[in-house]
Amino acid sequence: MSRGELPRWVDYGLIPLLNLAAAFLVAGLVVIAVGENPLEAVELMLFGAFGYGEGFGFTLYYATNFIFTGLAVAVAFHAGLFNIGGEGQAYVAGLGVAIVCLLLDRFVPWWITAPFALMAGAAFGAFWAFVPGYLQAKRGSHIVITTIMFNFIAAALMTYMLVNVLRQPGSMAPESRTFEEGGRIPRIDWLFEWFGGNLGGAQTNISLFLALIMAFAVWVFIWRTRLGYRMRTLGQNPTAAVYAGMRPPRLIMIAMAISGGLAGMMALNEIMGVHGRLILEFAGGAGFVGIAVALMGRAHPVGIVLAALLFGALYQGGAELAFSMPSITRDMIIAIQGLVILFAGALEGLFRPAIVRIFDAMRDARKRGNDAPQAAE
Amino acid sequence: MFGNFILLLDSTVRLSMPLLFAALAGLYSERSGVFDIGLEGKMLAAAFAAAAVGVLTGSVWLGLLAGIGISVFLALVHGFACITARGNQIVAGVAINFLAAGLTALIGHAYFQRGGRTPGLDDDARFIPINWPGAEALRDVPIIGPIYFELISGHNLLVYIGFLTVAVTWFVVFRTRFGLRLRAVGENPAAVDTAGISVTLMRYQAVIICGVLCGFAGAYLSTAQSASFVPNMSAGKGFIALAALIFAKWRPVPVLYACLLFGFLDALGIRLQGYAFPVIGEVPVQIIQALPYILTVVLLAGFIGRADPPKAGGVPYVKER
Repeated sequence: MSRGELPRWVDYGLIPLLNLAAAFLVAGLVVIAVGENPLEAVELMLFGAFGYGEGFGFTLYYATNFIFTGLAVAVAFHAGLFNIGGEGQAYVAGLGVAIVCLLLDRFVPWWITAPFALMAGAAFGAFWAFVPGYLQAKRGSHIVITTIMFNFIAAALMTYMLVNVLRQPGSMAPESRTFEEGGRIPRIDWLFEWFGGNLGGAQTNISLFLALIMAFAVWVFIWRTRLGYRMRTLGQNPTAAVYAGMRPPRLIMIAMAISGGLAGMMALNEIMGVHGRLILEFAGGAGFVGIAVALMGRAHPVGIVLAALLFGALYQGGAELAFSMPSITRDMIIAIQGLVILFAGALEGLFRPAIVRIFDAMRDARKRGNDAPQAAE
Repeated sequence: MFGNFILLLDSTVRLSMPLLFAALAGLYSERSGVFDIGLEGKMLAAAFAAAAVGVLTGSVWLGLLAGIGISVFLALVHGFACITARGNQIVAGVAINFLAAGLTALIGHAYFQRGGRTPGLDDDARFIPINWPGAEALRDVPIIGPIYFELISGHNLLVYIGFLTVAVTWFVVFRTRFGLRLRAVGENPAAVDTAGISVTLMRYQAVIICGVLCGFAGAYLSTAQSASFVPNMSAGKGFIALAALIFAKWRPVPVLYACLLFGFLDALGIRLQGYAFPVIGEVPVQIIQALPYILTVVLLAGFIGRADPPKAGGVPYVKER
């Protein structure tokens, strides 16, 4: 290892942890500023997120969403693209899932509905990301701006669909009808009972397993397939990709479609797992959390699952915190999210030069120690 | 009919002002090569600070100053991350948006105990409409009367400052040495560096101007357009401003037209709610709401003209060794 380089455990372990610590330090100052005790807040959050079955169930339910959206952002990252539109892709995917459920739920059991709903959701999400991908690849428009615009267009489209098309006759609420049994995926109470826990009111469902399978699939795809290799090449060095005979426009469109498809799978958890109907704003910002999760997890599936768990715990623990501490609301989570994105994303290089200097100094010292006896010979 | 149309244009002006300030703010930053999708966050933070300080001191000017102050602070955070730490500009902007959305609601709730809202502002702590001389007298004169009374007179000070800022920005960007350097640093920072001008300093100056203008945009929302702060009251206006900036191809005067167009669509959307046209029937309000975004996508895709961003935008400048 030469000067200026760092061991892998520092690059993938120590630096992200330092960044995270900086984010939480500032968050702690915010808690002090609103007049509460930060250590007490941490304790309440940890208990709320992990301390009992229902709380942990909710943590896992949130984490499920974040794994999907985090993977979505990461796949685009590897191809050198910033997909900021996970929110809109997940939202539109809800339409696909809901349409399949509304068509099938009265006729077939859930295990027939679910695969079709998953495919429809992924396809809708993929389409919503493919269009910005196409516009970037073929028309040269900036993917970040287009995906932001598509988030807002998705919001308008879904409001229109829910208010004017899917709303129940005679109902004021902008939502579809509630699905029958055939449109619901099962909860995973049994898993919690194995461990002697109780899921309580948490809606944790089998989409958690799908998320973990997808995390593994993304790892295989990015690091063990030809297409994944091409995407990484494009992300690292577009010029080299062209010289190697790859076709960037095609890769961009495929990467975006996969990214959108992954974000779209989140709709399965919310629509078939939790709500049992299509509602307004069901994505609830999870698409944006995916950005923080992918940055924290360094775009690696293992990191993403861990970061998703962290953010799941923040969301669930934050809800408990807001309940117990009157001065703190759930907006605290949004602020922490901002701090994590700032320190783990935009300022990720903040501590690196100092750490490199320390390691170089240590290496030099060791070298001098080794060289000394040889000089004496 | 004519009266209604004038009223529509009147609310167009009101609704396009926050877009105008924010879009001009983005113009300075992006022209210098720093992409800023954090306009929304800076605007929201400024709206909160302006209303909170306005409530506490009862002074509209201190409120405005506080709004500008917090917005410049966030702009400097963005600048530090993008210019000094050479971080990803998009990621930094996303972070600013989240920080502002979370902190304003959190601190507002902790301080005022009204679910994140601030108490209502007195007239002293607000920018109130200014009636021009003779407006009342001319009111009943056909054609000219309503135009003068509704459209030209009767806006608050910030509206007039907003129009003035367009002219000033045009002059600064295209007719001063600073403006030339600003444009150059966004197109070819290496050339600016070779000429002995600090790229870092230029970009920091641009980012600070961006913060000041976002401060105006935010203060307009909470102390001119309404009389208190409400959580998330910027409601995507920062992104529409960004769209307007792209739509105007990063030029000051077209920015004004784009903002007025998007403001007009907003005003139209409000007016058309539940209105049935003779042949096509009721136009879904969502289509009008989505129109600014759709137009921007279409423009960016090069189907109507081309919108090319400053060439060095999004890339941190590294001096060659």
